[in-house]
Amino acid sequence: MVRFIIRRLLGSLGVLIAASIVAFGIFFLIPSNPAVLYSGRTSSPATIQATKVRLGLNDPAYEQYYHYMKGIVVGRDFSSGPGDVNHCPVPCLGYSFKSNEPVTSILWSRLPVTFSIIIGAAVLWLVSGVAIGVLSALKRGSVIDRGAMIVALAGVSLPVFFTALILLKLVSYDWKILPNVHYVNFADDPLNWARNLILPWIALAFLFSALYARLTRATTLETLGEDYIRTARAKGLPERTVIGKHTLRAVLTPIVTIFGLDLAQGFTGAILTEKAFGFVGLGQTAVSAVDQSDLPVVIGVVLLSTFIVVIANLIVDLLYGVIDPRVRLA
Amino acid sequence: MTTNATPAGKTTPAEAPKPSPATSEDLLLEVTDLKKHFPVTQGIVYQRKVGAVRAVDGITFSLRRGETLGVVGESGCGKSTMGRVVSRLLDPTSGTIRFDGRDITKLSQRAMRPLRKDIQMIFQDPFSSLNPRKNVGAIVSAPLHLQDIATEHGTKRRVQELLELVGLSPEHYNRYPHEFSGGQRQRIGIARALASRPKLIVADEPVSALDVSIQAQVINLLEDVQAELGLTYIFIAHDLSVVRHISDRVAVMYLGRIVEVADQVRLYEQPMHPYTHALLSAVPVPDPVKEGKRERILLYGDVPSPLNPPSGCRFHTRCWKAKEMCKTVEPPLLTIQPGHQVACHFPEERTLI
Amino acid sequence: MSLTKDGPTPPPATARRGFLDVRDLVVHFFTDDGVVNAVDGLSFSVEPGRTLGIVGESGSGKSVTSLSIMGLNRGRGTKISGEIWLEGQELISASTEEIRALRGSKMAMIFQDPLSAMHPFFSIGAQISEAYRVHNDVSKKAARVRTIELLDRVGIPSPNTRVDDYPHQFSGGMRQRAMIAMALSCDPRLLIADEPTTALDVTVQAQILDLLRDLQKEFNSAIVLITHDLGVIAEATDEVLVMYAGRGVEYGPVKELFAAPEHPYTWGLLQSMTRLDRKDQDRLRPVLGSPPSLIHVPSGCPFHPRCPYDAQAAPASREIRPNLIETTPGHQVACHLEPAERQRIFREEVSPGL
Repeated sequence: MVRFIIRRLLGSLGVLIAASIVAFGIFFLIPSNPAVLYSGRTSSPATIQATKVRLGLNDPAYEQYYHYMKGIVVGRDFSSGPGDVNHCPVPCLGYSFKSNEPVTSILWSRLPVTFSIIIGAAVLWLVSGVAIGVLSALKRGSVIDRGAMIVALAGVSLPVFFTALILLKLVSYDWKILPNVHYVNFADDPLNWARNLILPWIALAFLFSALYARLTRATTLETLGEDYIRTARAKGLPERTVIGKHTLRAVLTPIVTIFGLDLAQGFTGAILTEKAFGFVGLGQTAVSAVDQSDLPVVIGVVLLSTFIVVIANLIVDLLYGVIDPRVRLA
Repeated sequence: MTTNATPAGKTTPAEAPKPSPATSEDLLLEVTDLKKHFPVTQGIVYQRKVGAVRAVDGITFSLRRGETLGVVGESGCGKSTMGRVVSRLLDPTSGTIRFDGRDITKLSQRAMRPLRKDIQMIFQDPFSSLNPRKNVGAIVSAPLHLQDIATEHGTKRRVQELLELVGLSPEHYNRYPHEFSGGQRQRIGIARALASRPKLIVADEPVSALDVSIQAQVINLLEDVQAELGLTYIFIAHDLSVVRHISDRVAVMYLGRIVEVADQVRLYEQPMHPYTHALLSAVPVPDPVKEGKRERILLYGDVPSPLNPPSGCRFHTRCWKAKEMCKTVEPPLLTIQPGHQVACHFPEERTLI
Repeated sequence: MSLTKDGPTPPPATARRGFLDVRDLVVHFFTDDGVVNAVDGLSFSVEPGRTLGIVGESGSGKSVTSLSIMGLNRGRGTKISGEIWLEGQELISASTEEIRALRGSKMAMIFQDPLSAMHPFFSIGAQISEAYRVHNDVSKKAARVRTIELLDRVGIPSPNTRVDDYPHQFSGGMRQRAMIAMALSCDPRLLIADEPTTALDVTVQAQILDLLRDLQKEFNSAIVLITHDLGVIAEATDEVLVMYAGRGVEYGPVKELFAAPEHPYTWGLLQSMTRLDRKDQDRLRPVLGSPPSLIHVPSGCPFHPRCPYDAQAAPASREIRPNLIETTPGHQVACHLEPAERQRIFREEVSPGL
């Protein structure tokens, strides 16, 4: 088990390093001059040159990468000369070209928004998707099953921003059930936080719960045909145990597996959701940073989201070992 | 489908060639000290080899032209792996395989290709070994296309001849596998194996998935085509009575090794290895009166792991005759009578059937 | 289909019911291709301490019969009729809840493939004690003690530790032992074993059949053993029912059935077999043709299209369905050939070739 965890951790580290190299490569591949962007277009050549030195842009690529990575792990000092030292604490991701703020603190302030959307939506889509899927499978061919699968088909086909806008128009503007949707900090007012997030959660979860309902339905039908379900019935177990314990346990395994992958997808979805509801989260930050060629922010967002996805997958892998004893011991 | 394949003009199936000193021309296949180990690795970054599943662990046998060698043993004894290595679907770990006078042990996949037409396999499961999206014509003619084999009157004609040979109707050419019963699918599998006019057919549990009445039809068919086309068979099965019926010689495998090999009559009537005794005594016979009186050797426990086979004689952990020596000294496969080899320190003739 | 119901059952129909008494069982499945006549008028009975073997090829309805007794194939698209009496209780008319309470307690079942029949994600011990606890109100601890006892009884070495293993950590033979332990957890009066040794090696098969025999002696349970292997039948049963196309074609004591079988299908099965106890034949004599479709069952005797003696019994064999009729005490055959003629054919034509 320990071996299993260590192997997974090392694998995750590898993914992170690879992602950082790719992200850093953007610096050099994009035809732009960071020093100009940083100093402003009207700056004199001398200022630009000073900026270059300060940011270390004259160093070879690998050295810049080294400094960057070192910044993340141990912090980094920027200086354009003696006496002008600017310490950037761990984890240092550099400074925004636009606002001059440390990238770390920008990300730190935006992360809760995106996180709130994804976590809530994930819980929602997992619970509703699995519940609808199991129900559909048990009532196969019934009105409930057909209805659920038609809605699921719609859910799979509709883009997130479309769902979001429909929800906004109907629930928020027309019916005024949840008017004036905006982001509230969880720490400030948890109730309001949740109230304002309901629509984004639904918008983002709709697509995924449709996918999960279909997958769950198919897996449940398959599982119900398994010999071990017949054995469970032959033991005289009540139907609720046969379904709730024996069937569900087997159904959850593939669900958990794709859940890890879908969290990454959820990130993309969250960006669109933020945009639709006008929340300023990581997604918004990334989009405007790309617009403005604010490279440190772009790289920061890429690294952070990779990090989160990798961690999520790691947790899923470990969870998978708990669910399926065959994986644990292999 | 009601026909039973009996190609016209055929008499009895191949008689067992009398055991005469075989010259090398008679030998189609010579296998010497063949091993196939599947490595087991462990490690975090670097996958270190920590052991090996010794599926086949040093077996030697030869096969005359037109002969049928039956291979029996419990699941996990390595008989299927042996079949796959001999037909070079798997690469051997060590040892040599000489086929038709030529060493094919080290031949690359490319160099093997022309030889593939000479060695064909028939598999157990007639449901999963046929591509459900291809019609019978395409399935049976695949080896012809792959090998660029010229056919006298065109591929279709040849396939229809083959279908007739295996007791199917030429009209089945355009049908798909799911339209056939299990027995008929196995006939399709046999037609495919015969398409390239092979010299050797390795049949891995070819009738185990079939009902008794159908099993007999397929066994008869295999014997008929052998007599007609002069084929040589390696017939791998766990069913000792089926193996007795079809084989000229029988090899008994245990944990990757041959423990006894003899011609069919001798092996079943005068078996000498305790494991062969146990196997034979365990087969239930369809006669309740006799069944009540038979001597029964009950083996305890399971087959040990081929990852870490017992020292000395591999069978000693389950053998009721085992002595100290069996735990330390591995018994070699010795010829006790012409054509009868046994790997046991204390061989003993015993009548069990 | 004409279903003649006039007295196929020689034992007085109402006087005494067997311990397990199946009468005129009919199971139909409604599919898109048509109605599948999986079981079509089947009757048999088993007493405690006795083993009935049901033998037949795939599609003969032997597994469907066992599932019907256990009430495991109720549901949409299935029509079951007839009577199944277990110790005086009728099971087909019993409610779903009533039959659930009987499953696993009074009647239990073991299956062909112990790997797929056990849940891969629960430990062996958990699965056995679950079976015990659903019918017995005991603590988890008590159930665990019982589970370890059971594993020990069926011959699992060091049951104290192996109880926490998962199915994939057991060998095939040990898994089947564990399945038997699970089935025995509530001391069932009736045990149905559906091809319990088909997936196992011969040496392990011998162990398992031995174990079943021992356990039967100990618990005096009735066993229904379903198999396609006449060798297993000869070794492990007291009475035999030969099934073909959802019907019983021959039914009698095991010795009688092997010494003087009277149905041409039984002959066919015996002739198709390769057997170790006889001289090796030059050539096997298979039953010609393939098993019939259960949607379009042949008229009359369902075996007539494959029967080598069909001409002698025609036209009755093609028009009238033969019933199981007693030929010698306890031995019933469903065939239109005259009993004397059947006995002659077996003596003169079939027996010498076996």
